[in-house]
Amino acid sequence: MQDAVLAMLAKEPSHGYHLRARLQQSLGPLGESMNPGQIYVTLTRLEKAGLVVCERADGLPERPERKVYALTPAGQQRVAAWLAEVGWPKPDLAEFHLKLAAAAAARLADPIELVAAQRRELLRRLREVQQAALAEPAGTGAGLLLEGVVLRLRADLRWLEACERAWSKADDEVEDG
Amino acid sequence: MNVSSAVVRACALVKTHGQGQSRVRAVDEVDLEVPQGQMLAVMGPSGCGKSTVLHLLGGLERPTDGELWVAGRRIDTLSERALARMRRRSVGFVFQAFHLVEELSAAENVELPALLAGRSRRQAGRRASLLLERVGLAGRARHLPSQLSGGQRQRVAIARALANDPLVVLADEPTGNLDTAATLDVLRIFEDLRSAGQTLVIVTHDERVAATADRLVSMRDGMFVDDTWLAGSRTRGLGGLIGLGE
Repeated sequence: MQDAVLAMLAKEPSHGYHLRARLQQSLGPLGESMNPGQIYVTLTRLEKAGLVVCERADGLPERPERKVYALTPAGQQRVAAWLAEVGWPKPDLAEFHLKLAAAAAARLADPIELVAAQRRELLRRLREVQQAALAEPAGTGAGLLLEGVVLRLRADLRWLEACERAWSKADDEVEDG
Repeated sequence: MNVSSAVVRACALVKTHGQGQSRVRAVDEVDLEVPQGQMLAVMGPSGCGKSTVLHLLGGLERPTDGELWVAGRRIDTLSERALARMRRRSVGFVFQAFHLVEELSAAENVELPALLAGRSRRQAGRRASLLLERVGLAGRARHLPSQLSGGQRQRVAIARALANDPLVVLADEPTGNLDTAATLDVLRIFEDLRSAGQTLVIVTHDERVAATADRLVSMRDGMFVDDTWLAGSRTRGLGGLIGLGE
């Protein structure tokens, strides 16, 4: 979030409310749960870190004393570094994988049942995102983001299918042996 | 639930293929009730028997054992003629490969089931233009299937399935041959049908299609192994899915 806000300031110095509007336009329905004050909390943190400066600009008569935020040289460097970064959030599959193994080893729970419960949860999420995607007019930035979330959930669902197959096989082997 | 409120009801439905040693239970004692207005998805790996279930429900195949009702009427004991009439009047089919008549225009394809059910040319024509408009293809009525994209052909097929205002629409992998954009078009139409109270049963291996349904049944080796209600249960909100608001 901090990096994204910084990068938005690279175009030009901006008011907090303007940044928030730009964020919401890009995120569409995915940004609805965003706390209205979050952008200001982020900007304050960035200011303390010396990455942005805040200037008071002559406001409009109905909105006096608006704060305008601008990048400092350090902020500009950080934006450049962020854009060049190739890091990617890691899906947390190991935890679930270990959960299945531990549940089976200790006979605490049926791994196949755990997979089924997880699958139901992901399908409910997929349903929610899918409905937002269907309601989104074609060609918006938010639609593209929603498609990304849909694709990720589908990949996770396919992995769960693989988990189900593997643990069913393990089950059969125990029964046969 | 009483019998009359279910559009489709199956009791211990069995379908076997082959003889003797190679005899396979494609559908193995399946019980199912689909109430009026429900959108049900059936998911499972290929060969699990999900398409066979759909064919049984629509009277395209006959069960080896068990009982089957459509709109409170038992159909597994009907004569061939009565079964064919039930299919025409009460069921709309959508297939993966569209199955449009290539020599007929989009509008003529949609008119066909209404004409076969004994409607007048004028009634059938009016209904077809209404339905093509509903699937967003009013401007393509005179086109032949070969002049349409895959997504457009499937939308014509959906309009055709609706021609006789069926009690239930049965769709077998309706997005199996479609790209993402065309899939979303089809899903939008299904959403629209669902909010209009149309009962739908969709067999699919596409998670996006399954996630559009109210209810999801999972099938393995001819049996239903899971029955999940998807509608109405809010999760943490969309923002949580991309790590916002946490």
